[in-house]
Amino acid sequence: MSDQNPATPASRESHAEGHVAVAPDTSDHAMLSMDVGQVGETLLEIDHVTLRFGGVVALNDVDFSIKRGEILGLIGPNGAGKTTCFNVMTGVYTPTSGEVRFNGRAISGNKPHKINQLGIARTFQNIRLFPEMSALENVMVGCDARHKTSVLGALFRAYRVRPTEEQLPANPLKRSLAKVFGISRHTLEERGGRERSMELLKFVGIADRAHELSRNLPYGYQRRLEIARALATEPQLLCLDEPAAGFNPAEKEDLMDLIRRIRDLGHTVLVIEHDMKLVLGVTDRIVVLEFGQKIAEGTPEEVARNPKVIAAYLGEPDDAA
Amino acid sequence: MSIITQYTNRLRDRLDVLPTWVRALGLLLVVALAFYLPYLNVLPFAYIRTDLSATGTDWASVLFLVVVYMIVAVGLNVVIGLAGLLDLGYVGFYALGAYSVALFGSTSSPVVEAIQNKFGLSEEWAVPFAICVPIAIAMALIAGVILGAPTLRLRGDYLAIVTMGFGEIIRICARNLDNVTNGAAGITNVPVPPGPEVDGRPFFNVSEPERWYWLALVVLIILIWMARRLEHSRVGRAWLAIREDEDAAAIMGVAAFKYKLWAFAIGASLGGMAGLLFGSKQQYVEPNGFMLNLSFLFVAMVVIGGSGNILGVLIGAFLLTYLPERFREFQEWRPFAFGVALVAVMILRPQGLVPSRRRAREFEDRKVEAEEAAADV
Repeated sequence: MSDQNPATPASRESHAEGHVAVAPDTSDHAMLSMDVGQVGETLLEIDHVTLRFGGVVALNDVDFSIKRGEILGLIGPNGAGKTTCFNVMTGVYTPTSGEVRFNGRAISGNKPHKINQLGIARTFQNIRLFPEMSALENVMVGCDARHKTSVLGALFRAYRVRPTEEQLPANPLKRSLAKVFGISRHTLEERGGRERSMELLKFVGIADRAHELSRNLPYGYQRRLEIARALATEPQLLCLDEPAAGFNPAEKEDLMDLIRRIRDLGHTVLVIEHDMKLVLGVTDRIVVLEFGQKIAEGTPEEVARNPKVIAAYLGEPDDAA
Repeated sequence: MSIITQYTNRLRDRLDVLPTWVRALGLLLVVALAFYLPYLNVLPFAYIRTDLSATGTDWASVLFLVVVYMIVAVGLNVVIGLAGLLDLGYVGFYALGAYSVALFGSTSSPVVEAIQNKFGLSEEWAVPFAICVPIAIAMALIAGVILGAPTLRLRGDYLAIVTMGFGEIIRICARNLDNVTNGAAGITNVPVPPGPEVDGRPFFNVSEPERWYWLALVVLIILIWMARRLEHSRVGRAWLAIREDEDAAAIMGVAAFKYKLWAFAIGASLGGMAGLLFGSKQQYVEPNGFMLNLSFLFVAMVVIGGSGNILGVLIGAFLLTYLPERFREFQEWRPFAFGVALVAVMILRPQGLVPSRRRAREFEDRKVEAEEAAADV
């Protein structure tokens, strides 16, 4: 990994070096790609969701849907309810009325880890990694979401699997033991998770610092690590909450490329973003929220021309009042 | 980085690069030495014995207690060090283990007497020791789950207070349920592990404590092996993730409540196992043996030794059990020395004597942050 990026650690944060790390391995991530299903089919429906906190209406009758294989942008001014919308989707809040359906199944009221199992993963606006774990361990926690080993399975390792030829260890003694007794599912999952995590770190372009504590990583790396960790849970829907916050234009360019590549792996992507250039550049469709209500929906061109959206972002022109 | 941490890290790096067989051999030597310890009589090493003066405590018995507390520390390390749940009532599980083996295995326990009367069994009958072991572990484990299921929704200090209450409840119940536990009088005739009779006496008897020590050592080694297996698996990772950021862990698919409950249950069953060994060796249990201050001693072992690191908590358990016994002639100074030692560790080495590398770095980072913040002001 590091041979792709001979830069010194200090310069790795800069855009140019970051780009070198990301660009070369766009095509060789076969183990990461997943089946997108029927492109265009409805994946997630926000069905007339209202959320009240006492007298405050955070979301008012919000209604839109996300289709398989698309990149949907969710935009709006500060306090419009974008992150709240995320929180409803990922089970942090239960809507006061209305329903969230994923693959046609109501998910409102499920526990967060259950919703992750169903296939929704997210990143956080204010980065929330596991600071004292290495980058690789962070991603492995995500991989564990798809693993089947139980607590007792990890303790006794009694669930044996007949290994395939390439899974057999090189050491001749271990090799013959593995042939007779099989390999525990725990060992295979652990090894698979490690490989997959490394592959994901390469995919987002931060494999050169895989073994560093995540709290010591530079800001841009932490953002990318969050994306890798979310991807590790093999989500059908990946929700990115302001992934470009604090990025310079060059880094934003890289991020747009990354989002497209994530879609190409077979994930559907929902992006919350402030930066209009990024949203207009990368999304297929955009939903606009203001004061907890949906005010527009459509392709980037339609939304960019929509007077309501322009008003929401720039204020009403005097002569229109 | 402090000089000590630098030095220990360098030492660990050197150990890490040694070939596997060298490390295995080293480990084997340490274990062999541990088994040999009761017979250690070569000067100057014999000065570590606790029975040199006439008032000293029997050396092998002290070693036995050290190992029992090491089992406790390994169990509590899972709860505090890995999952980050502050449990101040750990003595409750320890008491449950000891009382389980006494209640079901002793011919003089009210429970066994009731069973005898009900089924017309002879006066000599009691539940065999081999069955008492799973009973004791199961009782502690179930108690852990019963305590954990409602309280693990609490966090931080609240959890600490509730668990502290639990520890007291167990002791007070043991003291007041006269017709179940004999109350303050306690239970005698606690059974010992089965074994061949030697010179007309059972293999595990009071006058040969070194046998008890070896038994406990074997149990400790097995439990350390199991704890390490859990630590280096998805379970250990899930515990760390919960300790770091529970909400983020849940959203990343970690069933936080389930893993916290497992941590509690596993910690509890280790505590029960330690209590069982203790009660069986004493052959007598009474409520006053399980006072609340024992819980604090257990937490101190983990914190002083270095929470999150098995070697650290083993050393913590050793020091806090062995030193008071070795220096019995200064007994009246014990609370004072204990307090000074705790304060000194908290000031000089808050991460513990032998912390996990992760924890050591954490504390170093915090120190740097604090210094930077101070410099900014």
